[in-house]
Amino acid sequence: MTECSLTSLEAVEAHSVLPKDWRVDLGDLSSLDLTLSALELIRRATSRLPQDVITALARGRASEAEGSRAANTLGTMLENVELADRHVAPLCQDTGTVIFWVRHPFGASQRALKQQVRQAVVEATNRSWLRPNCVAALSGKNPGNNLDPFKEGHPVIHFEEWERPEVEIDIMLKGGGCENVGGQYRLPDVTLGAGRDLKGVRKCIIDAVVKAQGQGCAPGILGVAIGGDRVTGYEKSKELLMRRLDVANPDPRMDEFEKALVADLNTLGIGPMGYSGHTTVLGVSVEEMFRHPASFYVSISYMCWSSRRMTLRLQNASPAIFE
Amino acid sequence: MIRLNTPISESDIRALKVGDEVLLSGRVVLSRDMGHKFMVEEKPEWLRPILDEAVIYHCGPVVRKEADGTWSFVSSGPTTSIREEPYQADVLETYRVRGVIGKGGMGAKTSGGLQQVGACYFHATGGAGALIAERIKRVVDVKMLEEFGSPEAFWIVEVEDFPLVVTMDSYGGSLHEEVLAASLANAKALTA
Repeated sequence: MTECSLTSLEAVEAHSVLPKDWRVDLGDLSSLDLTLSALELIRRATSRLPQDVITALARGRASEAEGSRAANTLGTMLENVELADRHVAPLCQDTGTVIFWVRHPFGASQRALKQQVRQAVVEATNRSWLRPNCVAALSGKNPGNNLDPFKEGHPVIHFEEWERPEVEIDIMLKGGGCENVGGQYRLPDVTLGAGRDLKGVRKCIIDAVVKAQGQGCAPGILGVAIGGDRVTGYEKSKELLMRRLDVANPDPRMDEFEKALVADLNTLGIGPMGYSGHTTVLGVSVEEMFRHPASFYVSISYMCWSSRRMTLRLQNASPAIFE
Repeated sequence: MIRLNTPISESDIRALKVGDEVLLSGRVVLSRDMGHKFMVEEKPEWLRPILDEAVIYHCGPVVRKEADGTWSFVSSGPTTSIREEPYQADVLETYRVRGVIGKGGMGAKTSGGLQQVGACYFHATGGAGALIAERIKRVVDVKMLEEFGSPEAFWIVEVEDFPLVVTMDSYGGSLHEEVLAASLANAKALTA
């Protein structure tokens, strides 16, 4: 196989759960119903890998020696991307922790929107687009519908009211294997010889990638937040994974740092699935935050190669846009 | 490419070395965290004929129940194996399992079990859920579905040409250790 081609957008539309010619009505926000559009967002996100990730995987394969384990493994990944898209099947059986960011204008009820998104998650689980992935922490008991058995913690939904007259929903399916290899560092770190500067941050990132080996399903994508507290740092590091791989960091200094890091990390020799090779990471996204004078955290979220993320844009009287 | 069929004999396994690429066909039993804890703590007898000279697969699949009541696999790639490190060697020895499929590799205790029993650790491509589901030809049975839930149940399946790489063999070899050592040295050079 030399290329990886997804089915046409028309083919994707043909499977849509949204009625043909569906338009959102943002005129009366109190009656806004996002259930179906959220369900369609889940369907696409779970089965269709973003093009920028596919391009990065293909570039990785081209950089590996023909017939090597690394090249073959990247080839298997790309073949899987095609199959999942064609069959509308989950790319990976671990459909992850399901995370949403919902941005909406003044006047929408967050309580109502939350119930709609939860309903969409339950329906997607019934349709085998999501694995029932939410269990009670101690007993491991699985209610089977992806809803938090105690409160309303899962699916994870972040809300933000904004000034724009449209609704935007980001989804991320964050697998457990890659979540387990994320980490949070507190600088200075004597063991790593890492101080409170960008050089120290770099040492943390290299350490995290070496510790992860292939276990986060390399080649990975890193979100790195510098600063924050323990919660906001990790939260930001996840948000950063929503950035497209072909979009540069707007901060030129960070852009340079990121590009040099990707090149350096790809000399580690970990490779796809940790079988060795030149393709250890596909991208790094770094952002500087505030911090308390006494704290200096570096929070790193690791996303597997199957970086399932998508954005739904709803503008009044327009068709839903999935990007 | 080496073809392997279950039941697998000890001599077949002893012929495999780290780095070999394998196509596996035959019986595979899915089990992950709850299953491994259960196998070690309860040692159920009914699993013996199911696991003897078969292969365990660390996987929690996405399944679909068809209209006729049968099950099919929709997406079924490997999960991270290291979580079973406390249990795996015991399971291998108790049930004479000839192979473990997963991702990320396992530790010294499991390596000891592989060497003693005559078994290999096979690595599958993580995230290749849709592709691997195509190689799972039939769901033979499922055990402990009610108790564990679908991702954790013992799914007994027939596979055909499941593509794998031997990353830990029955002689103590481990590709994971080799790559770790090399990457640590490379990291040291990067941060010097």
